[in-house]
Formats: sequence, structure tokens, C-alpha cells
Amino acid sequence: MRTFYLALKYLAVLLWSAFVIFPFLWMISTSFKTANSVTAGAKWLPWLQFEPSLAGWQSLFGGVGGINILKPYANSAIVTLSGSAIALVLGTLAAYGLSRFTFKAGPLGNGDITFFFISQRIMPPIVLAIPFFLMLRFLGLLDTLPGLILIYVAMLMPIAVWVMVDFFNSVPRGLDEMAWMDGCTPVTTFLRVILPNALPGLVVASMFCLIFGWNDFFFAFTMTFTEVQLLPVSLVALNSSVTPWWSLSAAAIVSVAPLAVLAFVVERFLSRGGLAGAVR
Amino acid sequence: MYRQKYIFLLPGLLVLVAIILFPLLFTIRVSFSSWDVYNPGLNWIGGENYARLWEDARYWEALTRLSVLTVGTVLLQYTLGFALALLVWRDIAARRFFRVLFLVPMMTTPVVMSVIWRTIFHESLGPLNPILDAIGIGAQPWLSQAGHAFAAVMIVEVWQWTPFMFLLLLAGLLSLPNEPFLAARIDGAGPIRTFLSVTFPMMGAISVGAILIRLIEASKLMETVYVLTSGGPGTSTETTSYYIYIRGMRDFQIGYSASLSLTYLIVMSVALTLIAKALIRLMVKDRT
Repeated sequence: MRTFYLALKYLAVLLWSAFVIFPFLWMISTSFKTANSVTAGAKWLPWLQFEPSLAGWQSLFGGVGGINILKPYANSAIVTLSGSAIALVLGTLAAYGLSRFTFKAGPLGNGDITFFFISQRIMPPIVLAIPFFLMLRFLGLLDTLPGLILIYVAMLMPIAVWVMVDFFNSVPRGLDEMAWMDGCTPVTTFLRVILPNALPGLVVASMFCLIFGWNDFFFAFTMTFTEVQLLPVSLVALNSSVTPWWSLSAAAIVSVAPLAVLAFVVERFLSRGGLAGAVR
Repeated sequence: MYRQKYIFLLPGLLVLVAIILFPLLFTIRVSFSSWDVYNPGLNWIGGENYARLWEDARYWEALTRLSVLTVGTVLLQYTLGFALALLVWRDIAARRFFRVLFLVPMMTTPVVMSVIWRTIFHESLGPLNPILDAIGIGAQPWLSQAGHAFAAVMIVEVWQWTPFMFLLLLAGLLSLPNEPFLAARIDGAGPIRTFLSVTFPMMGAISVGAILIRLIEASKLMETVYVLTSGGPGTSTETTSYYIYIRGMRDFQIGYSASLSLTYLIVMSVALTLIAKALIRLMVKDRT
């Protein structure tokens, strides 16, 4: 009975693993194909079932039917990194303020202000698309990197505040009070005492910012036309009626790879149990 | 007492108010105008847009479809995510490897993976139909028939976001205290009994949190649909966001789409609040 139960358990784990890996294996295999081996039907194994070719990988750097992936890659990196960085700085400051001091604006208190920050995640992107579009046009920032960064800051800051408020609430107040008695002002307390101790929270917050920034398609798609192209947009642009599956797969692998590595970092934090608090 | 406290809060708050709140107020004004590609500008037409959307069957169909899709996929994700979290929680070899593996889909760009899924669902050249053929189910017209296309969208959503449920629920399981499980073992409770009366009740709060976050995210669904089916065949997989996108960013009916998106926002906020209240009453025993 016990072995049967155990076998069932491993079977379930292996089945789900297969489901998870399936698209990745398919995309790796496809990236080494040519037009001929794609139209011959679904094949998986290079050399045995089809003759592998590097055409898909070469097409990433220009050439016929390909895309030059370097420019969109750099754009995506710039927008994601600077958007996340600004959102983290502003979000961490706001979160510390909300966790340590009382604010009053008429009937609204700390809880309401925190809710205002976090509730921005509820807003569907499409609701903001039109006002963002008009705002960026008014500022002359449509189809530019600074325009996109501005929007990513607004999109990512709620995540940073959400993670960091929770984190600061778990840092004992005694730490602050000790620094005050030593003559620190709130700003120096924050910089010298709190920030060095906030690293675990910052790692989780920046991780979420990077994931949501790098993986965004909607704003990258609606706020740009031709000048600035982010990675997901340039990939979807390949997805036309006659799709070069091999270039598509190669491009997909390079675009997905950096964050897949991040999964290892996440798991490490998971085993320390540091993530559970943020949800409650 | 400390003037300095505003240095912390204000920069972030002002940026967010400037970037989100003002545009949103502006949208409310725009929704009472007939701003479109021929007459750009803020005239006043009263509630005409809202009267039009009340009659717009395609909009309400998209909203109903979105609700079914959201609730359906999130329930699936929760069940599967919880099961997976329990599987790799303890007593299994190479559990760290499986944990990382189960997380990976969540890290991938949804549109990029949707592009790949589209090739997988391809009826004659994709790898899925040969497999279904081999196990006796037979080839399916994945993206050309309404029901199948709907299922395809659900499969992709489950693949992409079950890891998120898994992540939160596993984090919850790992933070549970050990004593109740010892007590259950001493009382001689079997695994099912232990799950029902020890594990599940303790996971109530975190379950509600995870389900709500996923409901919020899933109700924005549009990118997967855009890449996988473009709302088709016909309008059979069109979600609310996608329909508003067509009206606003493609037909450039700014005024009308503003009224559509505000209605969408209100309907969703009300629905999610009610669901949140119900779930908390149902699943969270002690509100700490």
C-alpha cells in the first residue's frame, strides 16, 4: 500500500514535469530546424529525425526572414532595469514611511494610503492604456525609452510597496528607536540602520519587479510604433501568417533564458520561508 | 513630530498620483465625449456612450466569457498548485530540483510562450496532435473551433500561472508549525484526515490571498488571447480587455472605449470585492 502510494506520487510529479518541460523541449528542437524539416510534420530528434541547421540562430543577427535581436534586447534590458530601479527606490522609501510614521490626510490614514498603492495592481492595463497614450503624446514621449520607463515605474511601484511594507513591518521598531537615541534623524536612521538590514526584502521586491517588467508586452506594444521596440514585441511581430518557426524558437529561447535562471534564486528564498508573509 | 517623514512617502505617492490618478480622472471626462479618429477633442455628449454600451451585446458576451475563463482557470490553478505543493513539500527525492522546475513557467514571458504554444497547437505541423493520435484521443482542431480554442487558452493559462499558486502555497506549507502534525500523528490520523482537519484549515488565509491575486491578474487576460487566437474563431475567445483594445487602440473610438473600460473596472472591482468577502468568510477561521 505504501509503495503504491509512493509510486503514484512520483508518477504525478513526473507527469507534471513533462507538461512543464514540453514547450521548452519543442522550442529547443525547433530552433535547429529549417523550412523543410518543419513542413515535414512534428519531429523531435536532430540527426535521427531531421537534419539540424543553425539557420534559426544565425537569423537572430539579421539576415533573411530573421530579426536583429540585439537592439530590442538592449531596449528591454534598459527599460526593465531602470524602471525597476526607480520603482524600488520610490517604493522602498514610501513603504518605510508608511510602516514607521502616521500620516493623516483628512479621513484617510496609513491603511488607506497603502491600499491606494497596492490597489493599482487591480487596474487592468487596458483601462490605463488610453490615458497613458494621450499623456505620453502630450509630453512628446510616445515611442521613446523614457516614456516606457515612466510607465514601468507606475506599473512596478505598487509591487515594490506591497512587498516592502510587509517586510518593514516585520523589522523590529527597537532598531529605529536605538538609532534615534544615538542622535540619528529619520533619514540617517533609514540609510545607516534599516537599509543594510532590508536586503532580503529588497531581493524579493526586485525579483518581482524584474519579472513583471521583463515579461510585459501590453504597454511595450501599445506605447511604441517603430522607433523603440522591446523584445516581446519584436518576437510577436515575427508571428505572422508565414512564421519562420526556427527563428521564432531561437529568439524565444534567448528571451526567456535570463529569468528562467532566476527561478533558482526564488527557490532559495522559498526554502527559508521568507515569502509566505507577503500574501497574508 | 518629524517633518522628515514626508521625505519618505511623498516622492512615490506624487509620482503614482501624477501617472495614474490624473489620467484616470481624465478618462472619466473622456467617456462623456465622442472623441474618435474623425473628431478628436473633448465635446460633451452626456451619457450616450454608456447607453450604447448597455446595448452592446459583444461587450457583455466578452465579459461573461472572461468571468467563466477567470474563475475556471483560477480554480484549476489552485487545485493543481496545491496538489503540486503538497507533492514536493517533503518526503520526496530531489525536491529542490522539482521545486525549481515547477517555478520556471511563471518566469517566462507570456506572449513569447504563447507564440510557441501556437506552433504546438498547429493542426498539421504541431507536436500535440500526433501525441493525441498515438494515445487514441485523435487529432483536434485546436485553434479553428470555438470550444477547442477556449480550451487551448485555458491550457496555456494553467501552464503559465499554476506555478504562481504553487509558489505561494508551498511558501505557506513551509512556514507551518510542526506541532499540529505531530499531534495528528499521535492521534493516529491518516494522510487524508490530516490534510482535511490540520493542513487545509491552516492554509486558509494564504489560500484566499493566492486565489485573490490570481483572480485579479487573470481578469486582465488579453495577451495570450491576442497571440494565440486573436479572439477567434469569430469572437469566441474575445475577452473584455481585448474587445476594449479593438475599440480603443485599433478603431480609435477613444470616447466609447473610455466608457467601456470604466464600466469594466467598476464591474470587476465590485465582483472581486464580493468574492473576497465570501472567500474570507468561507476559508479563514481565525482572522489574525
